[in-house]
Amino acid sequence: MAKMHLKLTVNGTEHECLAEPRELLIHVLRERLNLTGPHIGCETSHCGACTVDIDGQSVKACTVLAAQAQGAAITTIEGIAGPGGMHSIQEMFREHHGLQCGFCTPGMITRAWRLLQENPSPTEEEVRFGMAGNLCRCTGYQNIVKAVLAAAAELNAAKEAAQ
Amino acid sequence: MNDMTPEREERIAKLKGLGCSRKRVEDARFTQGKGNYVDDLKLPGTLFGDFVRSPHAHARIRSINADAAKALPGVLAVLTAADLAPLNLHWMPTLAGDKQMVLADGKVLFQGQEVAFVVATDRYVAADAVELVEVDYEDLPVVVDPFEALKEGAPVLREDIAGQTEGAHGPRRHHNHIFTWEAGDHAATEAALAEAEVVAEEMIYYHRTHPCPLETCGCVASMDKVNGKLTVWGTFQAPHAVRTVASLISGIDEHNIRIISPDIGGGFGNKVGVYPGYICAIVASIVTGQPVKWVEDRMENLMATAFARDYWMKGRIAATRDGRITALDAHVTADHGAFDACADPTKFPAGFFHICTGSYDIPVAHCAVEGVYTNKAPGGVAYRCSFRVTEAAYFIERMIEVLALKLGMDAAELRAKNFIRKEQFPYPSALGWEYDSGDYHTAWEKALKAVDYAGLRREQAERLEAFRRGETRRLIGIGLTHFTEIVGAGPVKNCDILGLGMFDSCEIRIHPTGSAIARLGTISQGQGHATTFAQILASEIGLPADKITVEEGDTDTAPYGLGTYGSRSTPVAGAATAMAGRKIRAKAQMIAAWLLEVHEGDLEWDVDRFVVKGAPERFKTMAEIAFASYNQAIPGLEPGLEAVSYYDPPNMTYPFGAYICVMEIDVDTGEHEVRQVYALDDCGTRINPMVIEGQVHGGLTEAYAIAMAQEIAYDDLGNVKNSTLMDFFLPTAWETPHYTTDHTETPSRTR
Ligand code: FES
Ligand code: FES
Repeated sequence: MAKMHLKLTVNGTEHECLAEPRELLIHVLRERLNLTGPHIGCETSHCGACTVDIDGQSVKACTVLAAQAQGAAITTIEGIAGPGGMHSIQEMFREHHGLQCGFCTPGMITRAWRLLQENPSPTEEEVRFGMAGNLCRCTGYQNIVKAVLAAAAELNAAKEAAQ
Repeated sequence: MNDMTPEREERIAKLKGLGCSRKRVEDARFTQGKGNYVDDLKLPGTLFGDFVRSPHAHARIRSINADAAKALPGVLAVLTAADLAPLNLHWMPTLAGDKQMVLADGKVLFQGQEVAFVVATDRYVAADAVELVEVDYEDLPVVVDPFEALKEGAPVLREDIAGQTEGAHGPRRHHNHIFTWEAGDHAATEAALAEAEVVAEEMIYYHRTHPCPLETCGCVASMDKVNGKLTVWGTFQAPHAVRTVASLISGIDEHNIRIISPDIGGGFGNKVGVYPGYICAIVASIVTGQPVKWVEDRMENLMATAFARDYWMKGRIAATRDGRITALDAHVTADHGAFDACADPTKFPAGFFHICTGSYDIPVAHCAVEGVYTNKAPGGVAYRCSFRVTEAAYFIERMIEVLALKLGMDAAELRAKNFIRKEQFPYPSALGWEYDSGDYHTAWEKALKAVDYAGLRREQAERLEAFRRGETRRLIGIGLTHFTEIVGAGPVKNCDILGLGMFDSCEIRIHPTGSAIARLGTISQGQGHATTFAQILASEIGLPADKITVEEGDTDTAPYGLGTYGSRSTPVAGAATAMAGRKIRAKAQMIAAWLLEVHEGDLEWDVDRFVVKGAPERFKTMAEIAFASYNQAIPGLEPGLEAVSYYDPPNMTYPFGAYICVMEIDVDTGEHEVRQVYALDDCGTRINPMVIEGQVHGGLTEAYAIAMAQEIAYDDLGNVKNSTLMDFFLPTAWETPHYTTDHTETPSRTR
């Protein structure tokens, strides 16, 4: 099948590659760009394991063709930590035991990262609702919710301190 | 001398040993997308395998035409049973002593069954080729109901064994009958039931469901033709057992097979078995000389790899009028699907279902489990529990509720009246187990008090009154359970899988500068072994957990172990870790004695050091001893500090717990709200309370899912009705209730 020329900015780095027009973004990220952080749990847009951020929105990367992301700025779990180390959300997932097998975790954290930009001080209900597109089979969510709320508090405190 | 001084407390805290909610060492990788799951593995030249699967539940295969598929550019091979037959690999043994088709041999027996295996250069081409394979099927009558399957004149499903009257677990009485397994005293139970003042009966169906880990099953097989070595990375909960089975069925010497379980994205029993995908990937790699990856998609996972439950449990429970239980009988019709591929210890084809007398002192009991073939997928695994123990717990707890209704007695009181009392342990159960320890009354009272049980019952009664007056449509339900599990399989004398005793092992090497590596034959799928096993060891050998690496899942480096499933790793491999640690300590004591120029008997262990009795200023820390073991010539001792232990548990362990759930349900719409879930667990000594709580949350969420909607259901034609995450219910954060966890701690007496 004829391939198309894709240009994507992923985690701040520009990438170019060839891919078939029918290839899903998750496959291009994982197979062609070697970003294996986002996972595949269903390929039917139910589980959220493949969640990435495209131009400021959480997107399940199995739901879009790579071609649809032409020219987009994408953030994956590999791009969440800063030069100073883990992001506060990552720290809080560890602190509050928000993960077990870790398979859902990249998608969860990538989603939480966007959620806390959309709503920096969510209630528990808002976190549960805002994260409902991401399934976890291990944790029962309670500690994930705790982690996201703790990260929100920490990020807000840091923001205040900076002002 | 071992008084708790602040200095000593500080040394203990530094170890991060037993009882500490140590943060997990795994998490830095997982939170940054640096996990290493099987689909992340990229070997140069990797090919992709994909299955042609049967759309029919029961059909004869007239022909398979793979010409068009083979002609597709990028396709290297299309394997069918005919290609595997010369290698004798078209069938494989199951863990339950049956055999299973690797690729359909003349017929298919369930929807989603593997018919042909396509090997191509990428996953898109493989999927295209699957579409091009033409299979001509001839429909056969389908049986999805195990009771129908046992009727005279029912279609013969397993024609390969149709005439066999002896199965792997005793006589077969019908062509779709697999086994009947019994425990207890049938005659005495019938007599007690006949004489009883009260008998309650119930047919309880624990429906078929699926563990559905977020990562599906898969593997990468790589045959190195130069050195003759086969390496297989895969989602294996039992890597060593997979190696032995792979060697037995392929004829490749076991030392030439290396099985590696990388990070596993959840297992819950789904990743115990050996699946056709693994065999086909291995064969394809041998044929092509290239690595072959096979990763199933979600639909394949739900349709074809191991399910859980599917037990029809007919119960009869007898009691005196004042509520003393006098007998229990269970008759189970177990739907095993098309092949008996249950993952149970070999001598227990119904797992440990005979723990079904639960927490109660029942004088006589009997249980019989009949395994039946139907046109459904094979499996029958321990889904977040020990072998068939959730089925058993559900059975007895439901029977107690049914009896309480019949007696007009409060169900909590009925339980308390019949609990095994703490002074009765060790307690021999009527079905043949010896419960090692327990204190059920204490746990039960704590639980009832925590939820204000009496208050809840009052509120429930008032609500019912209001409902009768027409003031509300919402009723309150109070779910009670006090379960006793049986975990830690198991003693080699009666627990084995295909002849491999169910011990576990640990090998420890202490490095000169006071750090260590421990290797085990288990494999975490999220349980956090790298964190918790290091804690066990830290408490045993006095080196900080932060300085201990735990490595699992590589058969070339780890000592032989039976793997992680059925709630066995902590009681068995955790104990092996402690035992190996004690061997280290024994040698360390000799080294310390030599260094301190005293007799070994003059030393005592204190947290992280050996101290001369009565002279606390004279000591050697484990770190100092470790260094000495590598740099001193100590008479009579070999250099180095290493140990390995194979632990064969003398008994199982019997953890228990009390769970209470309060819900409100609208009687018209069925709309529900879970008001409260309280979970008290007694798992004995608590290694890492944070990790335990996380495990309980996960288990509760499975329970909620199964209770509310999660099911693998079939229609009459054998079509799977819930084969995507659209129809198979996995709760999200939104529906999942909030949990309150609690504990009591009754240490196991099994040593
Ligand atoms: S893999 Fe994309 S949502 Fe499940
Ligand atoms: S941690 Fe395993 S799926 Fe979420």
